[in-house]
Amino acid sequence: MISLRINGEDKSVDAPPDMPLLWALRDLLGMTGTKFGCGIAQCGACTVHIDGKPVRSCLLPVGSIGNRAITTIEGIGATPAGAKVQKAWLDLEVVQCGYCQSGQIMSATALLASTPHPDDEDIDAAMAGNICRCGTYVRIRDAIKRAAKA
Amino acid sequence: MSALEPRTSRRTILKSALGSGFVLAFHVPFAGAQTPNAPMGEAPVPTGFMPNAFIRIDGAGKTTLVMPQVEMGQGVYTSISMILAEELDADWSKVSVEAAPPNEKFYANPMLTVQATGNSNSIRAWWMPLRKAAAGSRALLVAAAAKQWGVDPESCTTANGVVMHKASGRSLSYGALADSANGTPPANPPLKTPKDFRLIGKPLKRLDTPTKVDGREVYGIDVMLPGLKFATIAASPTFGGKVGHVDDSDAKKIPGVRQVVLLDDLVAVVGDHMWAAKSGLDALNITWNRGPNGHVDTAQVWREIKEASEKPGLVAKKTGDADKALGSGDKIEAQYELPFLAHATMEPMNCTVHLTPGACELWLGTQIVARVQSTVAKVAGLPVEKVTVHNQLLGGGFGRRLEPDMAVKAVRVAQHVDGPVKVVWTREEDIQHDIYRPVYYDRLAATLKDGKIDGWHHRVTGSSVVARWLPPAFTGNHNIDFDTVDSAIDIPYAIPNLRVEVVRCEPPAVPTGFWRGVGPNNNVFAIESFMDELAKKAGKDPVEFRRAMLTKTPRLLAALDLAAEKAGWGSTLPRRHGLGVSCQVSFASFIATVAHVEVAPEGEVKLHRLTTAVDTGIAVNPDTIIAQLQGGMIFGATAALWGEITIDKGRVQQSNFHDYRMLRINEAPAIDVHLIKSGESPGGIGETGVTTALPAIRNAIYAATGIALRRLPIDRDVLAGRKHA
Repeated sequence: MISLRINGEDKSVDAPPDMPLLWALRDLLGMTGTKFGCGIAQCGACTVHIDGKPVRSCLLPVGSIGNRAITTIEGIGATPAGAKVQKAWLDLEVVQCGYCQSGQIMSATALLASTPHPDDEDIDAAMAGNICRCGTYVRIRDAIKRAAKA
Repeated sequence: MSALEPRTSRRTILKSALGSGFVLAFHVPFAGAQTPNAPMGEAPVPTGFMPNAFIRIDGAGKTTLVMPQVEMGQGVYTSISMILAEELDADWSKVSVEAAPPNEKFYANPMLTVQATGNSNSIRAWWMPLRKAAAGSRALLVAAAAKQWGVDPESCTTANGVVMHKASGRSLSYGALADSANGTPPANPPLKTPKDFRLIGKPLKRLDTPTKVDGREVYGIDVMLPGLKFATIAASPTFGGKVGHVDDSDAKKIPGVRQVVLLDDLVAVVGDHMWAAKSGLDALNITWNRGPNGHVDTAQVWREIKEASEKPGLVAKKTGDADKALGSGDKIEAQYELPFLAHATMEPMNCTVHLTPGACELWLGTQIVARVQSTVAKVAGLPVEKVTVHNQLLGGGFGRRLEPDMAVKAVRVAQHVDGPVKVVWTREEDIQHDIYRPVYYDRLAATLKDGKIDGWHHRVTGSSVVARWLPPAFTGNHNIDFDTVDSAIDIPYAIPNLRVEVVRCEPPAVPTGFWRGVGPNNNVFAIESFMDELAKKAGKDPVEFRRAMLTKTPRLLAALDLAAEKAGWGSTLPRRHGLGVSCQVSFASFIATVAHVEVAPEGEVKLHRLTTAVDTGIAVNPDTIIAQLQGGMIFGATAALWGEITIDKGRVQQSNFHDYRMLRINEAPAIDVHLIKSGESPGGIGETGVTTALPAIRNAIYAATGIALRRLPIDRDVLAGRKHA
């Protein structure tokens, strides 16, 4: 059994240590808000936070995390930056199909937590790893700026 | 008027080909529409007011609207609800939605004749039928209240879910009337005039988005069931190939791997979780028999389509005497081509199946819930009513989920598995086993007279998706695929002598399907690219050249003028920058776009801004329309800058987002959308942005560099001068 601290709660999973965190969350813990998109850290749909830093969970072995804090989309609303981002996302109606948005919100929240007033270059650097096939980029950019002002 | 004129209306085509029986179903009470859609044994029996297959109101006033079209990000759950709630005068705060179960009788798309979401027609198809259904329901509620009060129904009014009798000051909520209002609605209930709309036209908040920002939404891939197993598959990498020999000894040693399923054309590994299934699949040693297509490559595909395009095709539209006009004067000719494309929905293909003796239950997101049900019934050898489909919200559709293959493959695997199994494709499987946007090859020729087009010949060559997907609409239209010629036969410019032909040419081996923007993507790219080349020949400004031939299409002319004005058309730009214009009438929307690009000396293209103006008729939810255009243009820009699937030795060469690139936020342009106020019936908008972006970007590159690209995606070597076009 591997112990994990997820969204402030202690969990344990019966997983091989090389299993990526993504599958432990989704298939063992039923936390399906974190999405599978590519499996090779190219799309960002699986983004979670490890000690507040954005990480692609599809390549992160569950046995390598130890006691570091994992935050997922299910828990991000409890952080001040996460709540602001979620509100801005709804205020500006960023979301279309929504499948990539868990990852987008996780990346945007990590950005705002480290850079409270990001400019366009900061946004490009932090968000370029998250693909949105519906093409919501224009609104993602606006919503990050709105959340920064909130 | 040409004898071929009716072909310009796909609604006419489909109606004549298939009849229009759907209309009769509208006033059958909802209870009759209850094919099972809840988990077995839990089907709730609805009570209260059930005037038709779309509306239910319970005693507390809770208003449930049943969505005949699926939500895949386009916002249709909200806009369809707005249409129903508008004519019902429902209390918007009490509205909730649910997906329609598979039922062609009640929920067939009136324009497509089957229960499907596609071709940007959800609002166009349902605009009048749903308004009538809701207005008839409202009339029943009014009649019930009037009867209770002993007053004339004409003296009653409705608002926000309440019937009122002003003269006596009495009122009754819809909930209070729910049990007494059932009956036969009037055949032709009066509809509101647009000035009385209180929901339609307002940018209401979407109903589907709150659960998409905190991880609560359950897409097909998220479905969890007690005892669920997880599987992933490898279909023959070569189109039409078969499984040869499989050594599964290493795979079976992996903890969590439960089963290896061998079918004739695919292998599945079933495990306790996706990681076991995926690791198990990777550990299999599979020898494939490549089958009859092992030699197919992209060069052969292009050789065959170009050869096919040399022969005359079926005439889809004819005006004046094109041959005569093209025979006099300086004939300008060009050929344009577009490649195969994968859909790459962010939610990879998946389907969860629970097959039990005598029944099958499925969970997935699909654009064709009824076709999935009937197809699976055949595969599983079950009566249709024994197949239950739970349609989830879609993590992207774009036409990919207009096919049932992911359900068929999942059921074939489930036939060998005890208990429920979730079959999830890896991204590699998703890219390599798509049903691809066909390659197209367009030959255009024109002559000019007094600065305008005098003769026009357009021959479209490509696969016919409609012939496979909706055969009656193909055979009923003299074997002309309405989609292949869409936006070509109804070219908006006034051209006195015109002929549009279509040559059907199915590519070797590669399956073809609908892809966001469908036929117009190809035709508008070819036509609008050619228009810029003709403008140059005529020595005219591209906007002025188009304007002179749009005098009979005032809605498009207004869009063109607005887009040009807002984009600063004619202003001086830095070196290597260019503005390119595109305009079109597609999906009953009138749209013009100006792209501003910069082409670096080494061939990279930077998209600075896309400015678009659209008249799409009455805008049911204007914010949704803006979002669809923003997103559609990004989708189109992705295809213009990156999109191409190539074939070698009978298999797709791309596999994931590193080699099948998507536009990313750092590459995305600023986008300005201008909606033109209109009282006309709503047009389609989900695909219009895609179609308008391709030629606008291409023409901006032409303006910046003078290089006339004839194919997409852009070739950076050509733009850098390292290679000729």
